Amino acid sequence: MVAFYCFASIAVVASLLVVAQRNPVYSVLLLIASFGALSGLYVLLEAPFAAVTQIIVYAGAIMVLFLFVVMLLNAPHEDTEEDLDRVRRVSGAATRLQRGPLWFGALLTAAFTVELVWALGREATLVSAFTRPAVSSVAAIGAVLFTEFAFAFEVTSVLILVAIVGAVVLARRETRERSPGVRPTGKV
Amino acid sequence: MTPLLIAQVGLTLFVFVMLLNSAAIMVYVERKVAALMQQRFGPYLVGPSGLLQPLADIVKLIFKEELRPAASDKWLFTLAPIISATAAFAAFAVVPFGAETTFFGLLDEPMPLQVADVNVAVLVIFAIASMSVYGIVLAGWSSNSKYSLLGGLRSSAQMISYELSYGLALASVLLMANSLSLTDIVNRQEGTWLGFIPRYYAFVQPLGFLIFMTAGIAETNRAPFDFPEAEQELVAGYHTEYSSMRFALFFLAEYVNMVTVSAVATNLFLGGWHGPWLPVSLGWIWFLVKVGALLFFYVWMRWTLPRYRYDQLMAFGWKMLLPAAVINLLVTSAVVLAFGL
Repeated sequence: MVAFYCFASIAVVASLLVVAQRNPVYSVLLLIASFGALSGLYVLLEAPFAAVTQIIVYAGAIMVLFLFVVMLLNAPHEDTEEDLDRVRRVSGAATRLQRGPLWFGALLTAAFTVELVWALGREATLVSAFTRPAVSSVAAIGAVLFTEFAFAFEVTSVLILVAIVGAVVLARRETRERSPGVRPTGKV
Repeated sequence: MTPLLIAQVGLTLFVFVMLLNSAAIMVYVERKVAALMQQRFGPYLVGPSGLLQPLADIVKLIFKEELRPAASDKWLFTLAPIISATAAFAAFAVVPFGAETTFFGLLDEPMPLQVADVNVAVLVIFAIASMSVYGIVLAGWSSNSKYSLLGGLRSSAQMISYELSYGLALASVLLMANSLSLTDIVNRQEGTWLGFIPRYYAFVQPLGFLIFMTAGIAETNRAPFDFPEAEQELVAGYHTEYSSMRFALFFLAEYVNMVTVSAVATNLFLGGWHGPWLPVSLGWIWFLVKVGALLFFYVWMRWTLPRYRYDQLMAFGWKMLLPAAVINLLVTSAVVLAFGL
């Protein structure tokens, strides 16, 4: 119980501090601390696999990319009012230009969200499934994931695919030409 | 305090001290092997054949002035080496290095030679390895120097890229052993084929072993993949601005990481403490021999191969190593499914 309150308070305090920080790098680090505390809670729930995946996927992979972006943008402080104005102008123009695709994207996201909620709700056994003692074993998680929750699992993967395609499209628009020297041919 | 608890605490302290020692020994071995390969003497003045050189290095590092650039981020600059060293030591906690023992009958029931017996040990090591990126990235960013930042960014890109192949090579062994516990995986490799070939996974998974070692070298930022600290381009990479014991912590972390990767590779592919001639209770000798051989391989690689170019490193990781690891995993799963190993 003591351990629970320790982890829980770390998670809550760190999460609150994430939004209270002015320096985004600190926010990212506090979010990692919060994830670490969450994974401690998973250990207390006797789900070591969930705890370790939490660390590998969120704290290890996703947050590294967050930190990467924050560091590369090198924005040490919150945006000033001037910056915000510029962002508003640019995003306003973008919205006017791409209203069609945006609506489509919003629709698609809404549809996927509804489907996801529906899929999870239909198998309303979610809570019971994850409190079953056997689920802490990796084999049991695999079995449940590919039978009972197969639909939700697949829909999530499509959602992630959409996100990847979106990221590629957004990244492509900015770089018109490849700068020389990025890929040496290796020929003498 | 029960005898078992005392033994556990003692074992934990022992592992900690031995890891510290291993770093000192590796510094000496590295310099001696390098000298051997370049037909030099290496350290020979301090103590008999330079054996006390690591001690002299440590004393020198302790007495150096601790500098911190004025423009650096105070908290993160201090935190970064701590993260690196902590992650390096923590990973070894789940690595078993011998069969269960009663310490010559001192204990009533046998205990495993392992600090923490976790049933998802392989994943824990993987998780802690992914945490160690933060030490380097934060060191690079908080130093507020272009060399440090570039070194840190390179390192995180490299570690993320090679973690994939590392994980997939691991997964093929997990499929064969049908377990995530390192003790189980080691015990699956007991015995021999035809009476003389040991049942090590390295013989069944030669490609997996090769990929694991390559990715392991990249993960620990060692030559020929030592981009984060490529001297000619980046001065000293992410630890350019560090001095004294903070610098030593990074150094320590690098060597401890090497030991951990070698120990994990020994457990996964080389049968851990199983070997011919010795009784199981002395299996840890085999473990030490195998880890030592892999560490020598590390040093050997460093002083033999020149550093890759950065784009070559990325191309190799994504276009060679990753596809090879995926194919290896596919073939392994197909074989396991068909023959039910």
